[in-house]
Amino acid sequence: MPQFLEAAISIIFDGLAYAMLLFVISVGLSITMGLMGFVNLAHGAFAMAGGYVTVSLMNGLGVPFLPSLGLTFVSIALISIPLERLVYAPLYKATDLDQVLLSIGLVFMAIGAVTFVYGPSPPSVQMPEFLKGQIDLGFKVFPSYRFFVILVGFLMIFLLWFGFERTIIGAKIRAAVDNRSMAQSIGINVDRLFILTFAMGSGLAGIGGGMAIEIVGLSPTFAINYLVLFLIVVVVGGLGSLRGAFLAAIVLGIVDTAGKYIWPEGGAFFIYVVTIAVLLVRPDGFFGKEHVQ
Amino acid sequence: MTMSEVQPPSLPTNSPKVSPTQYMHDRVRWRLSEALPWIVAVGAFWVFPNYLVLGTQMIIMIIFALSLDLILGYAGIVSLGHAAYFGVGAYTTGILSAHFGWNEPLSGLLMGGMVAGVFGFASGWLLLRYHGLALIMLTLATSIMLYEFANVAEVWTGGFDGLLGITIDPIFGIFESDLWGKTYYWYSLFVLFLVFLAVRRIVYSAFGRGLVGIRENTKRMHAIGSPVHQRLVTIYVISTIIAGFAGALFAQSTAYVTLDVLSFSRSGTVVIVLILGGVGRLYGAFIGSIIYMIIEDELSRISPEFWEFGLGLVLVLVVMFFRRGLLGAAEDAMKRIRGASS
Repeated sequence: MPQFLEAAISIIFDGLAYAMLLFVISVGLSITMGLMGFVNLAHGAFAMAGGYVTVSLMNGLGVPFLPSLGLTFVSIALISIPLERLVYAPLYKATDLDQVLLSIGLVFMAIGAVTFVYGPSPPSVQMPEFLKGQIDLGFKVFPSYRFFVILVGFLMIFLLWFGFERTIIGAKIRAAVDNRSMAQSIGINVDRLFILTFAMGSGLAGIGGGMAIEIVGLSPTFAINYLVLFLIVVVVGGLGSLRGAFLAAIVLGIVDTAGKYIWPEGGAFFIYVVTIAVLLVRPDGFFGKEHVQ
Repeated sequence: MTMSEVQPPSLPTNSPKVSPTQYMHDRVRWRLSEALPWIVAVGAFWVFPNYLVLGTQMIIMIIFALSLDLILGYAGIVSLGHAAYFGVGAYTTGILSAHFGWNEPLSGLLMGGMVAGVFGFASGWLLLRYHGLALIMLTLATSIMLYEFANVAEVWTGGFDGLLGITIDPIFGIFESDLWGKTYYWYSLFVLFLVFLAVRRIVYSAFGRGLVGIRENTKRMHAIGSPVHQRLVTIYVISTIIAGFAGALFAQSTAYVTLDVLSFSRSGTVVIVLILGGVGRLYGAFIGSIIYMIIEDELSRISPEFWEFGLGLVLVLVVMFFRRGLLGAAEDAMKRIRGASS
């Protein structure tokens, strides 16, 4: 096989695994930002917290990997509900700047607290046997964990797509993202809807954090190091758009992987160039509503 | 919710016929209390002779925060990438010295500000057409891109290891840099004073009022024919020049520049400092910088986790309860006391 084709296949494969991780973490942020216009920089902290919940479950209680991810989803979703009611809700009508500051404050608190409990160094977990090996596709060998991540990513996309497009709750969410006051005036309880989406989105971020341990590594500063990337996925995709977040995650995941493959020292550069280019042409992202302020 | 307003001396209620010209004059006039920060700064030189290095860093932070206050507090431009210009200023001065032997401090400082201003003009002209979240993300991405660029351009910036070999000549050829930071304390304080005079002049000018108008209602400013984009770019360039000065001073006073000058955390810090002190009120930058750096110094001595947690808690509390910053909270408290006594 020609060498460049082989390189291209590994870039696409690794990029896709990375993209799925980005998607699973960012999609909740996209929906909540589209629904309430809340700039929630603490979303990365939910992912980080999810990662540490997974670590505690596996290393502390000996729960296997897959059930751990499920329990992580539930616990992060439950934790996020009181937080939403007590801290976020009073600021829905505040300016972007207030929301940015409040949520970055939460990020700092989370980093401080987690560092205090777990220490600053990255934890490691023991993966189950079936995710440790390699899968041979005949022409090339791929690590099976990345296959698993891609699989989970596609599963999530299917579930989310089904939930959004084929259920009543999904229709209500879409209506509320499109026009919140109109949705409210026909009797949709947007506040309750929002609690639900917020909890689901945070839970998904938690799962993402758990899956990230073996791909990009987990540390308390995960909450801030990858935050910019999640925000970029959301903004480039367009607030509140499922397919936008998906497309943006794939484009950025592959661009980033390709950049780092071609030019290891300066590869992180490309993703910002792409971001700026997209936003200059489409300030509301790929599929964003026009003039989201 | 609008941002806190510049507090003019309140119109005397017993004489409603004060003329508008007189009112504008009264706003600009220096009040006696405005001498206080300068008295404190000069006094601190003798009271805390062992903390002059920290004091110099405080002054640099105040200059940086003032530059942000111009765009955030007065023109309402939310930027999460202001460290870009601080960093450009720092690297300009540093590279001029380390690679070209340009060690004269005053011209080095000016060059830092000018180059930052050129960057500010290029990016501001392009980015200030956008609003809200898109603008926040664009400023953020621009600064991180510069960070990555500085990391790659190792030949010039020293990359991750930092730029070494900066030497700065005595100021005016007379005042040598000393171990206790006396010289740089006075030097930075002097620069701060000049910057402050300029900033104060700008915010009380008609141009400054025009910026507040844009912050409060951009559409209406368009409607009355105000050149909105031109004004925003103008104030952005002024702000970035001042940020460049702050960066240049930083490079000169520490004689060492690392990638940290361009980092996201520095952009975040300066926003936090300004919010803590109070946005759009000139002296907020002073109070915010001093309180922030004292808390940072104390808490990180106990442990970095405490510092991080404490900083987060302060931010959450400020946003939820003291939205107008410490100065605003003090003002409210004063009003309440006065209201109760009368």
